[in-house]
Amino acid sequence: MGKIIIEPVTRIEGHLKIEAVVENGKVKDARSSGMMFRGLEIILQGRDPRDAQRYTQRICGVCPTSHSTAATLNLDSAFGISDKIPDNGRIMRNLILGAAHIADHILHFYHLAALDYVDITAVAKYDGNDPVLNSVKAFAERGELGPFVPRYEGDYRLSKAANIEALAHYVKALEMRRKGQELTTIFGGKLPHDSVIVPGGVAEVPTVDKIASFLWQLNELRDFINNVYLPDVMMVAEAYSDYFGIGAGCGNLLSYGSFDLDGKSPDLARRERFMKQGTVSADLKLGQLDTQKIMEYVKYSWYEDSTSRKHPASGETRPDLKKKAGYSWIKAPRYDGKVYEVGPLARVAVTYASGNPTVKALVDSTLSRFKASPKALFSVLGRHAARALYTKALADSMPAWLLQLKPGEPAYIDYQIPEQSTGMGLIDGARGALGHWVEIKDKKIANYQCVVPSTWNLSPRDDNEQPGPVEQAIIGTKVKDENNPFEIVRIVRSFDPCIACAVHLITPKGSELGRFRVS
Amino acid sequence: MVERGKGGTVEYPLIWFAASACTGCSVSVLNSVSPTIKNVLIDEVVPGKHINLRYHATVMAGQGDAVIEEMEHTARSKKGGYILVVEGAIPTAAEGAYGTMGENGGKPIPMASRLEHVAGNALAIIALGTCASFGGIAAGAPNPSGCISVDQFLKQHRINVPLINIPGCAPHPDWFVGTVAAILLKGLPKPEELDEHKRPKAFYGKLIHENCPRRAYFEEGKFARKFGGPGCLNELGCKGPVTYADCPLRLWNHSTNWCIGSGGSCIGCVEPGFPDLLAPFYQKLSDDALPAVGKGQ
Repeated sequence: MGKIIIEPVTRIEGHLKIEAVVENGKVKDARSSGMMFRGLEIILQGRDPRDAQRYTQRICGVCPTSHSTAATLNLDSAFGISDKIPDNGRIMRNLILGAAHIADHILHFYHLAALDYVDITAVAKYDGNDPVLNSVKAFAERGELGPFVPRYEGDYRLSKAANIEALAHYVKALEMRRKGQELTTIFGGKLPHDSVIVPGGVAEVPTVDKIASFLWQLNELRDFINNVYLPDVMMVAEAYSDYFGIGAGCGNLLSYGSFDLDGKSPDLARRERFMKQGTVSADLKLGQLDTQKIMEYVKYSWYEDSTSRKHPASGETRPDLKKKAGYSWIKAPRYDGKVYEVGPLARVAVTYASGNPTVKALVDSTLSRFKASPKALFSVLGRHAARALYTKALADSMPAWLLQLKPGEPAYIDYQIPEQSTGMGLIDGARGALGHWVEIKDKKIANYQCVVPSTWNLSPRDDNEQPGPVEQAIIGTKVKDENNPFEIVRIVRSFDPCIACAVHLITPKGSELGRFRVS
Repeated sequence: MVERGKGGTVEYPLIWFAASACTGCSVSVLNSVSPTIKNVLIDEVVPGKHINLRYHATVMAGQGDAVIEEMEHTARSKKGGYILVVEGAIPTAAEGAYGTMGENGGKPIPMASRLEHVAGNALAIIALGTCASFGGIAAGAPNPSGCISVDQFLKQHRINVPLINIPGCAPHPDWFVGTVAAILLKGLPKPEELDEHKRPKAFYGKLIHENCPRRAYFEEGKFARKFGGPGCLNELGCKGPVTYADCPLRLWNHSTNWCIGSGGSCIGCVEPGFPDLLAPFYQKLSDDALPAVGKGQ
């Protein structure tokens, strides 16, 4: 029995710390803890409601566009204009968010996840003529290998040629994710933190030159997604195919859907979206989204116990640092009292279960390539594959949206800030279901609550002692080498955490393993 | 700092310390176009000189104690010879409990304690982004986690290491890469090269409003009354008249666009008072906030 502490878990957004218990080479228990608290929801109180779009983006510089979109949908709803946004505004918001997701998912696979599978030291044996690879070889020969060492050693399975090719793609992907951000700013103004998405629509009017520019920058990214990103995910999946059976998690998936195809329904849970709203379980049976079933628990979070069991619309953020049971700054959101995972896998599975032919064809062909059943989707590789397939389906859909824009016509309508109101903004951000709720009094924010994707995925136990999705995905995992617990970090990174968190591995008695503080 | 690797390359170790941050500053630096981020980290970004990124939690391969040790080892063994970049503000309320990194004997270690450790031995510190430079969003009223800027932190701990502020929410990659390149080429900036907020004048010397392509509308009194229309954005709350940065000339994201270029208003994200003195963002500036117009620096 042993306790391994992995802190910080790197190559995620923020500070991550997770705890788990190992017995006979198998994880018996795990804890996920968020260790940073800024209190944006408290900072927002008393402010001009319109400013929420600017503030909440700054929750996360990796996915600001997702927050920008959720905040603006929330404000549209509070201002009573959800169903009045001009089509140009709706479509430009979709294009801005879509481009940001493309950049984000390329970043995740190559720059956050890939170093767990690709051995870049293979470049030392490179003997070809590619100038980029030779420049990396020269870097390696100089001997200062940061930020690529230190690292876990052992389980790197790709051939020399595959490692070297993947390294070339790692470098190429740095350029492509940058171009994805540039694509976002054609209509989005600047990144990180856009200036364009506002309640009422977007702040600029589409022009023909920008539409043409967007189309061809998008096409360059589509080439990369089809010819490099997807093949690389499949290549990793073939070499590490046991990871279709590792990190299954809680088996319940939740999606808010994303990309409004029609802006006429004020009810975001019923609106026609490209990625669908709903829930699925291991049997892939579709359930209808009912946002009243969302509730947040804080028994194990550093907030006052009196704020537990609240719907986010009436949620409160009142820190309690002295709480004995607390082990995280993350609350524990649950749906219908149960634990749900969110993210690209959830939105792909929900859209698949909704019968979308494009998504169904992509998922079915991938499963048949690996002779796998849909159950294999609930895994480390299932999450990576779903993210890549989603990126392709999204990028392939965007040209048609782009061509629906009406150049020179308005993308914004004016509105009045109500004296009192409430709002809700739901969207599937890059990392999953993202909800914003607001209460307005005297034209100011009285209460603002965000339930972000990583709140779902990295949540601690709830008041009913149910571990969160990442905790459940780690529990039961066999760890081959406690000094290099690849399994744990591969599971955690497959969720693409985007919050300051904490991950440890501990024994029931609290002793620790390996070089991580043996006792 | 002179440490030559194989082939005579001078290595410049760099520790990137993230405190109460959103990682937006890191993402922005990844967007650097010329040099690219690959040029900065892999190649000799200046002939004969290489940035050796020892610690950056978002990109580094390793994790856990091994990487914390790498950071501390660098601070010990390269005393006075490494650059420290801080992203995010420093949470100090409740003895630092609102932000911790690792633990010692089961007790979480506050970010502030870690920072004290790595700041004192640095050759120079770059406070990257508005949170690190001035407190920023994290220190917005009522500042629940007691966030302070790097400057305040160094003063509180009597750490006397040269500091350069590169504010912006997020900062432009050129502002950061340009500052680092200048250090590699000609050493630390001279006092007269920084403004009173320790910002390099080369990037923060001019008002947005002075170089704004919508300036002519302002002079002619043509103001946009709602988003999407032509005209100066002053009535919609634009903070360009009180904000010092070269955004209108440099543009953002490979010169694709920028806030005002896309019809969105400036929110003054590089300024010491951001966000509280600049908000509400969509409320027109009072006329007494305008005397700086046209005066420059």
